[in-house]
Amino acid sequence: MDNREATLQDAQMPHDSHDHPHSLLPPDPALRVKALETILTEKGLIDPAALDAIIETYENRIGPRNGAQVVARAWSDPAFLQALRADATQAVEEMGFAGRQGEHLVAVENTPERHNMVVCTLCSCYPWPLLGIPPSWYKSDAYRARAVREPRRVLAEFGVLLPEDVAVRIWDSTAEMRYLVIPMRPSGTEGWSEAALADLVSRDSMVGTGLAKVPE
Amino acid sequence: MSRVHDMGGRFGDDAVVPEPEEIVFHEDWHKRALALTLAAGSLGQWNLDVSRHARECLSPQDYTRFSYFEKWLAALADLLVAQGVATVEEMSGKSGAKVSELATRRLTADQVANVLSRGGPVDRPSKVLPVFAAGDPVRTRPRAENVHVSGGHTRQPQYVAGARGRILRLHGSHVLPDTNAHGLGEAPEPLYAVVFAASELWAHPEHPADEVVLDMWQSYLEPAI
Repeated sequence: MDNREATLQDAQMPHDSHDHPHSLLPPDPALRVKALETILTEKGLIDPAALDAIIETYENRIGPRNGAQVVARAWSDPAFLQALRADATQAVEEMGFAGRQGEHLVAVENTPERHNMVVCTLCSCYPWPLLGIPPSWYKSDAYRARAVREPRRVLAEFGVLLPEDVAVRIWDSTAEMRYLVIPMRPSGTEGWSEAALADLVSRDSMVGTGLAKVPE
Repeated sequence: MSRVHDMGGRFGDDAVVPEPEEIVFHEDWHKRALALTLAAGSLGQWNLDVSRHARECLSPQDYTRFSYFEKWLAALADLLVAQGVATVEEMSGKSGAKVSELATRRLTADQVANVLSRGGPVDRPSKVLPVFAAGDPVRTRPRAENVHVSGGHTRQPQYVAGARGRILRLHGSHVLPDTNAHGLGEAPEPLYAVVFAASELWAHPEHPADEVVLDMWQSYLEPAI
């Protein structure tokens, strides 16, 4: 179906049309996004090639392997860890990681006494330059509603069971501060290269819903 | 009272379903919705807080039934009309789309890398001096509502209304969403990480040592004894 046709066809949607312009667009979301892109392109406001470039960036360039490099370096390089504690935004910018949804960063370190876990109960705030686009579960109602009240049950759903003597600290990202969890370094990794260490650092371990992988 | 997006602590949701790290997008249209929202945002006709408020203003029925990127798309369509960037007639296809005066601001492919890596920092110099220091006991506003605009945007969740906590750190001075979402200026003021005992927030905390940290603007807080 042609985009314009899709737009026309659904113009007759009866409900809410005065209060909510979105209801003028096709109800099927794939057609809805096409219709909106077509309108904005005709208005000269959108360059479809720019959309392709944005998608390419988050599909291929910016993702959790960035954060894994930061964690591996924090484990290996005491001077970097100090810099990260002092100003995480600047420390990771020096590694080339900066920008949208990561303008103000704080690293929170797991210890034998405390496990950190990050949520955004009000929307889906997440450190994009370090972890990429948030996964579905992070954006889900279930995670947003439950992580602050019953983090241990949520952790169990990720297969993580914390000992009774470990306290959980949940970070609800209510401002533009973005939090990166530094998981504990697994034992048996002494002398490992940063590249090998980074392979042990899962995305979930940097949100706090996982732990670093234990070497086999 | 709260809006439907403010769901922290709510009862009744299902289990969280983990997924492999390799999945970035589930559908092609999700990618397009994300990119379209970012590109339209770069026209500079609204800020991040306006954009969040637009999503929060979806009706509770729409907010609940829409998937994540459907919320983005709906809020984008609503914003385009509300800010005068597009007309209802254009949205409905009743009239052909007219070239916009804002077309000169269109984000081009060669600008994308710079725009994304620059981001939009929200720390600002402020005349409002910090009145709290790390360790100070504080209490949050008893009602988690925007004090400037009825039903307006705020970043104080309901579950922390009137709760007693302790300042963990000062983040500096940041733009205040409660004004910035409503054309009332950036009004930067000190922003703190504030830590609350889980037992202060919930009748049945999972563990006595657990805590929740929220970022709170100074005007959300008062000294506690």
